[in-house]
Amino acid sequence: MTKLEYLKESPSQTAGPYVHIGCTPNFVGNTGIYKEDLGVRMVNAKTKGQRITVKGRVFDGTGAPMKDAMLEIWQADGEGLFNSPSETRGKADPYFTGWGRQPVDMETAEFCFETVKPGAVPFPDGRSQAPHINFWIVARGINIGLNTRMYFPEEEEANAADPVLGRIEHRMRVPTLIAKQSGDKYTFDIHIQGDNETVFFDI
Amino acid sequence: MRQGSEMSKPTTNAGPFFPRDRNWHPKAMSPGYKTSVLRSPQKALLSFGNTISETTGPVFGHNIIGELDHDLIQNYAKPGESAQGERIIVHGHVLDEEARAVPNALVEVWQANAGGRYRHKKDGYLAPLDPNFGGCGRVITDENGYYAFRTIRPGPYPWPNGVNDWRPSHIHFSLFGSGFAQRLITQMYFEGDPHIPLCPIVRTINDPAAIEMLVAKLDMNHTVPMDARAYRFDIVLRGRRSTMFENRMEGN
Repeated sequence: MTKLEYLKESPSQTAGPYVHIGCTPNFVGNTGIYKEDLGVRMVNAKTKGQRITVKGRVFDGTGAPMKDAMLEIWQADGEGLFNSPSETRGKADPYFTGWGRQPVDMETAEFCFETVKPGAVPFPDGRSQAPHINFWIVARGINIGLNTRMYFPEEEEANAADPVLGRIEHRMRVPTLIAKQSGDKYTFDIHIQGDNETVFFDI
Repeated sequence: MRQGSEMSKPTTNAGPFFPRDRNWHPKAMSPGYKTSVLRSPQKALLSFGNTISETTGPVFGHNIIGELDHDLIQNYAKPGESAQGERIIVHGHVLDEEARAVPNALVEVWQANAGGRYRHKKDGYLAPLDPNFGGCGRVITDENGYYAFRTIRPGPYPWPNGVNDWRPSHIHFSLFGSGFAQRLITQMYFEGDPHIPLCPIVRTINDPAAIEMLVAKLDMNHTVPMDARAYRFDIVLRGRRSTMFENRMEGN
């Protein structure tokens, strides 16, 4: 008999309140170890595509903004290619990392990413996914990182055809994944729990 | 576990990840850990198969790593000095669920000092800071998925959860594989620490076998005589399917 033997994934634990010490040490004044916090700069002068700012806050179940969360984003470049060895469709813009990491401000609770608007990427069955940014949120009290996506309000047609948004049974929850736009600035507030709870993914 | 040469063969394909066993991981809502009560989603997670948005992820070059990034005894110390406490080496392999090495994985760690005090403005514990200890480090795994740090063993510390809760000695670990859906933050504990079974954060994990995976073992074979003891801590990230039989729309 063939016996199936796989290792189990290492179980997750909370990042805790002092996640900054390891992930963004310069942010908490622990300077001189790393030159710069990883993921703080996603673009440089040569990056192609439309520059955008993505900001927002993360709220707990009482509606209080969380002041110790850390967020990471992962997205395609302006042409819809990922800067990753697992990208098989072509070569992404070498001047765009695609990955960003930002702690929320310890006073205002706001996070802010300077990035570019991502191009559309394909779904495995060949349909197109609307432009989106993948979010991963960790904090004290979060036992396993929360995955979600931010979509763009001006992409109404693409959003309506998006295979992931299409899977959301309760249609009134779809807007929790769509940012609010003001010029090149997008606000994406995340509600961990409650009436306006953001849709989170098991991916 | 895979046998023979396949055991050390790194993962190279770009297929979807094995599903996460969310009964093995801690549940979002674990009331014994009080902060999780208001920071856990109440609605079910939305499941869908991985797309290229989840199977890709950032991979970091060795050029980001500084000379002392893996040595927490030295990387914050004044010249000629070093951090105080029990000198240890923490080392192991990053593997996937098929026991294949995960090369080029970024491993970041952070921890308290020997007295249980964090170098963070929000930590008000009365135990003093060590002027020669910062508490952060990072390495990228080699072609065999191997990593190693040198540090001091962190002390336990009290935290405001129950009236007398203490964290076990632990080191926080953050891991990147090759796809964003592998992203993982966890904590490493030390073999034999009596605080492990008492800790509400450890107990967010229900399966004792899962807790055991987070307990590093004393490794006398890699202990450096008259210098530093060693602890062995292997980490497992999600495995990947082959893309060979993925669904395609007819005509594609």
